Amino acid sequence: MIPELGHFSLIVALCLAIVLGVLPILGAARNNRVFMGVARPLAYGQLLFIATAFATLAYAFLSNDFSVLYVAQHSNSQLPGQYRFAAIWGGHEGSLLLWALLLSVWTAAVALYSRHLPEEMVARVLGVMGLISVGFLLFMLFTSSPFDRLLPAAADGRDLNPLLQDPGLVIHPPMLYMGYVGFSVAYAFAIAALLGGRLDATWARWSRTWTTVAWVFMTIGIALGSGWAYYELGWGGWWFWDPVENASFMPWLLGTALIHSLAVTEKRGAFKSWTVLLAIAAFSLSLLGTFLVRSGVLTSVHSFAADPKRGIFILSFLVLVIGASLLLFAWRAPKVGLGGKFDMLSRESLLLSNNVLLSVASASVFIGTLYPLFMDALGYGKLSVGPPYFEAVFVPLMMPMVFMMGLGPLARWKKMAVPDLAQRVKWAFASALVLALLLPLLMGRFLSLESNKWSPMIVLGLLMAFWIIATLVVSLRQRWTGQGTFMARVRKQSLSYYGMQMAHLGVALFIIGVTLVKGYETERDVRMNVGDTVMAGGYEFQFNGVTETQGANYVAGTGHVSVRRDGRVVGELSPEKRQYNVSGMPLTEAAIQTGVFRDLYVSLGEPIPESDGAWAVRVYIKPFIDWIWAGCLLMSLGGILAVSDRRYRIHKKTVSGPQSAADSLQSPVSSSQPEGAAS
Amino acid sequence: MRFILPFVIFLVLSVFLYMGLGRDTREVPSPLVGKAAPAFVLPLLHDTGKHFSPQDMKGKVWLLNVWASWCGACKDEHPVLMEFSRQNVLPIVGLDYKDKPEDGQATLKKAGDPYTLVIADADGKVGFDYGVYGVPETYVIDKNGMIAYKLIGALNSQNLREKILPLVAELQAK
Repeated sequence: MIPELGHFSLIVALCLAIVLGVLPILGAARNNRVFMGVARPLAYGQLLFIATAFATLAYAFLSNDFSVLYVAQHSNSQLPGQYRFAAIWGGHEGSLLLWALLLSVWTAAVALYSRHLPEEMVARVLGVMGLISVGFLLFMLFTSSPFDRLLPAAADGRDLNPLLQDPGLVIHPPMLYMGYVGFSVAYAFAIAALLGGRLDATWARWSRTWTTVAWVFMTIGIALGSGWAYYELGWGGWWFWDPVENASFMPWLLGTALIHSLAVTEKRGAFKSWTVLLAIAAFSLSLLGTFLVRSGVLTSVHSFAADPKRGIFILSFLVLVIGASLLLFAWRAPKVGLGGKFDMLSRESLLLSNNVLLSVASASVFIGTLYPLFMDALGYGKLSVGPPYFEAVFVPLMMPMVFMMGLGPLARWKKMAVPDLAQRVKWAFASALVLALLLPLLMGRFLSLESNKWSPMIVLGLLMAFWIIATLVVSLRQRWTGQGTFMARVRKQSLSYYGMQMAHLGVALFIIGVTLVKGYETERDVRMNVGDTVMAGGYEFQFNGVTETQGANYVAGTGHVSVRRDGRVVGELSPEKRQYNVSGMPLTEAAIQTGVFRDLYVSLGEPIPESDGAWAVRVYIKPFIDWIWAGCLLMSLGGILAVSDRRYRIHKKTVSGPQSAADSLQSPVSSSQPEGAAS
Repeated sequence: MRFILPFVIFLVLSVFLYMGLGRDTREVPSPLVGKAAPAFVLPLLHDTGKHFSPQDMKGKVWLLNVWASWCGACKDEHPVLMEFSRQNVLPIVGLDYKDKPEDGQATLKKAGDPYTLVIADADGKVGFDYGVYGVPETYVIDKNGMIAYKLIGALNSQNLREKILPLVAELQAK
């Protein structure tokens, strides 16, 4: 009875979504207040019913209702409670329901926090989001309902894929989806602007908050996924350029570009049509990612069973949504206008170049991901593209981008003289270069490596990171010195400025992490008898054998490894080799001791046959690897800081139009009613 | 005019996506299935002085597993292969596809080597002849050197149990 209730709720939600997708947009076109007025109540109603459907599915999972096919396929009575809940999004149907739920959450959030927006804008934005929701609900109801029954009921379920039975996977998909779906808000704002013809600084300010929040979720989601791959796959890698990873990385790159181009549209009224196109493209790539993952067009670790019927549906939906938006763009964008003029060297031009590079990077990932598909369709035979391609294309694109990332915050809007800018950054560049050249000479000793390693790639990586940090210091110095007391000047800078710098610092930490872990990681792969020791990077690892332990729904061989440094015990690591009861699938669970400057990583290979308890053991020293995720965290925090800026909490309708160039960043727009923030 | 460009690009793209849909990437009834496995001579990964050719396997049912050190999905497949090789059902030949030999060697040294022998296809020519789409792929080749089955994507306990093992048993009985 309960699952049918869920199914029924979905149908009701679909009806509400259809009305939401039609009436408000019509109302905005005809200036009909009643039609526009229904948007908010419908958005809340939709959330209510989709949440009900989600709750019934959650109930089916938690109560082990194996008469529901989807539950029988993805759960098991032995599965611990938190994973039974996370199993909701462990398969295709449930992931879609999560998608739809989060979409309705975003829709309701827009409805709630849009009191200060013009009514026709709200109506259009909510209407567009309603239309997207219609697509997903139809898809679910017609091809992939999670509420289908299995009669007679299964005695027990087939269990959740052991790889997904991990705390990281409990939060990774919801975070990532929040990001994917969040871009629908930016998209809806862009479409609303095209429909209404209103595309100004105020519009950019509204979209900016929503886009940044979505981007923050996405950043966290991708970082969590990468962290999961690091400790769960047992190979010590953190990014594999897998199609599904790429599917999340492409919209992230475009989203990053969008945040920056929105900044220009807000401050200078420029890049308007480009911003709109980016907003459409970022969400289109989110949808495309869904298509790639769900349709089985590309093979990947993550993709669920391929079903051509589903593929056709998503593709039609994709063509409809993206095709219609791009047509609308072609029709309306020429009227939007170009906005303020700027010189060859100005903050605008630097941001534009960064935008172009980010988009090209996104396109190159796109081509690499879809290349096998194109070649196959053209009859050139089947081939595959791996990390060699992505690294060869991606890294050269990032170098000029990072260079301009350092210059951007220092350059003036509109016009900047080359000598002036060069004067400002020459010391930053010199010190970054010297540090990057010298630091690798000390790194070997610092990380207790056998030899010092100095390679051009390491120097280049460090140069990029130090360049960001050095220009950041220059920028802070510029802003913190001058009139008034130091503290007053520190306080005078806007939160969005600090947010930007924090996010940029995050990029620098990220680059340091990637560079140093690639350059200095130590790997030891050895056969170890009980009591054997192996040295790696100044640490001594002693293997004390493997004992059998019983988990909730698996049996594990738990290895015992003690780590010493200079004779002193610094840690006990217990890597596991698990065998899950139901699926019989083996799983390697690495043991990691995290540290600021290095991770100690031990995972069990295979037992050595015909030996006395000997195992193949993998020992890694991963210097600075956690800086990768610390960098991502800083980027997200920067985003949160930026949207907390007072500027975005303006309650009353403000005058639109670009502000004057000189005071644009420090404009002390204040508000006595600091409510209605989106974050 | 330039504003219509994104739409045109997208149209072309959707045609490709549509063409991609018709193909089941996991179990393509490859044109090679039922035909003789393309001949080749390749050096062994661990001993480049020695060579391997499908001819050497005449009279045996064997598995050709395409993998690479850079391939993420292979890492998922690896424990399954380790387990399978321990059962000693049939020879498993690994083809290290478009890979630096030292990377391939390091990977196997690190994670264990499930293969009877491994051949190095550094420039991917043989993989091309076999129509390798994505790594990993697995081919079942019968006693007469004919390709009996091709699996795209990772082996797992399910497709091993349901597809590969029954087929191998049947072919070995012939």
